[in-house]
Amino acid sequence: MEILSPHEVIDSFNTALGKGVVDTRIDEQIIGVKKSVLMSLWIHVNKDSFRAAVEHICRLQEYPHLAIISSYDLGDDVELIYHFTIYYGQSRQELSLGLRVQLPKDDLKIPTVTDLIPGAVWTERETQEMMGVEVIGIPDNRRLFMVDDVPEGVYPWRKDDKKLEKLLRVLPGRQPKRDK
Amino acid sequence: MSEVQTNYTVPVGPLHPALKEPIRVDLEVDGEEIVDADIVVGQVHRGIEWIGTNRNNFVQNIYMAERVCGICNICHPFAYIMAVEKAAGIDPPPRAEYIRVIIAELERIHSHLLWAGVAGHEIGFDTVFYLAWRVREEILDLIEYITGNRVTKAMFQIGGVRRDITEEQLPRIRQSLEYYKSIFSQLGDIFLKDPTIIMRTKNVGILKKEDALKLLTVGPTVRASGVPKDVRVDQPYSAYADLDVKAITPDMLTGTVVGDVYDRIIVRLLEVKQSIEIIEQCIAEMPSGKILAEPKMAKLLNMLKKAEGEGVARVEAPRGEDIHYVRLEAGREGPAAWKIRAPTYVNFIAIPTILKGGQIADVPIAFASIDPCQSCTNRAVTVDRNTRKKTSLDYEELHRLSVEKTRRLE
Repeated sequence: MEILSPHEVIDSFNTALGKGVVDTRIDEQIIGVKKSVLMSLWIHVNKDSFRAAVEHICRLQEYPHLAIISSYDLGDDVELIYHFTIYYGQSRQELSLGLRVQLPKDDLKIPTVTDLIPGAVWTERETQEMMGVEVIGIPDNRRLFMVDDVPEGVYPWRKDDKKLEKLLRVLPGRQPKRDK
Repeated sequence: MSEVQTNYTVPVGPLHPALKEPIRVDLEVDGEEIVDADIVVGQVHRGIEWIGTNRNNFVQNIYMAERVCGICNICHPFAYIMAVEKAAGIDPPPRAEYIRVIIAELERIHSHLLWAGVAGHEIGFDTVFYLAWRVREEILDLIEYITGNRVTKAMFQIGGVRRDITEEQLPRIRQSLEYYKSIFSQLGDIFLKDPTIIMRTKNVGILKKEDALKLLTVGPTVRASGVPKDVRVDQPYSAYADLDVKAITPDMLTGTVVGDVYDRIIVRLLEVKQSIEIIEQCIAEMPSGKILAEPKMAKLLNMLKKAEGEGVARVEAPRGEDIHYVRLEAGREGPAAWKIRAPTYVNFIAIPTILKGGQIADVPIAFASIDPCQSCTNRAVTVDRNTRKKTSLDYEELHRLSVEKTRRLE
């Protein structure tokens, strides 16, 4: 396996995806007394190129490590970041790669990556129940953390979700928020 | 003749012996053999990320992160503050980085010794349990001496640490480290050469290298399967960037990798030794200077309120890679987004693979071997698939099965 530098990784993404890459960023941080440089990569791809981007990561590293999918409500869109690491197992060579994709709220769908990375199923289930992003082709469609008595269509990570407020137990001294 | 049902489902948990927090495992069994397993989590989901982004400010979140887990209460605040520092562009002073690493390694020693005791208990070898926990007291005393607390240490602050390690404290630290060095060969004899432990752990709960990588396992679980994956080595953070750390795999001792429970013991045991070396190196090389980048709390909070950006930090916790993602938005008292991924989250995905093909009596030790950061089994229920009749197997019963297996083998 050939180890590419962060700049070469970005170049390889541009070659593989062309216009599918929206934005790229390299964060550099200097740490320790010996001033070692720690680099991390952020690659923003558009929705249609998402699968191709994950397939490209699988070409860079045989079994890429997907730590977690973090999601954030931007208002009109939902942003998902797939936190990958590649080139692990080699001293000071590992690279953090955040693969960012934005989905419009009226079409919250993302293809599954479990066929390429089987261990991704838990984090996909969590994203599905907490953010309401439908994962197309997920092998296990059950809830992960949320209990069954929470009704369908309640997504705690969404900022526009008012239904959750009604479910919160009203603690002494706390009034439930009312819609204005 | 009607078809005879041979497979039964045995739910273990939500309260289970090998766990410190509730979780449920549904085992599909054919006689004594486990055919398949499924994991149901969520019994202790406390919405920490929600509280962290909706209620708390940046500094309150450090103490919130500390309470994610009682045992790894260093790695969570460590990852959280590093993520915030990256997002806000704060550089902690070098002395603080060394103190952080010393505390993190003390936690690794105590966590691995705690696990060693639990593992001994799971196979019915309580002498080992008492011994390992007695030995662990020394490190807890040392932690109390340095931080003022045995468990939640409250050492971290954004931009540094809250307490210094002074020159007068060094002899006491060295004394504890010497104690561990003097008993290390004895610990090695007990955990690696005792025939009972060998019988119950060799070729039990095997996780092959390929499965370990596919199922995204981390920490001693993946290293015992022969992958030298360790954040301290691969992507050194804090003072680890100055130190020379090597990822520990079982072939360093035995020359081969099996990926069973025994290999996980080897990895943890060697890591205790490695942690002692790291602490000694840190003490020797610790630079002098201040311990906080910004000692005035109001100024720090104000600075964070204005900051904008995002940061992700990885820390090698005793159980594996712990990652925190933080997003800052100007004008907010706390982070706009906070995502925590504890190492057990991914290690659990490998549990069905580890249990498959094993026996019910091996469940406690195989389950405990990933060192799950969850809680304790009080009961298990066996369900007859045809009649739906439930037979209760309580914790004592499951534990008794495990102990009986040890006796049978002897």
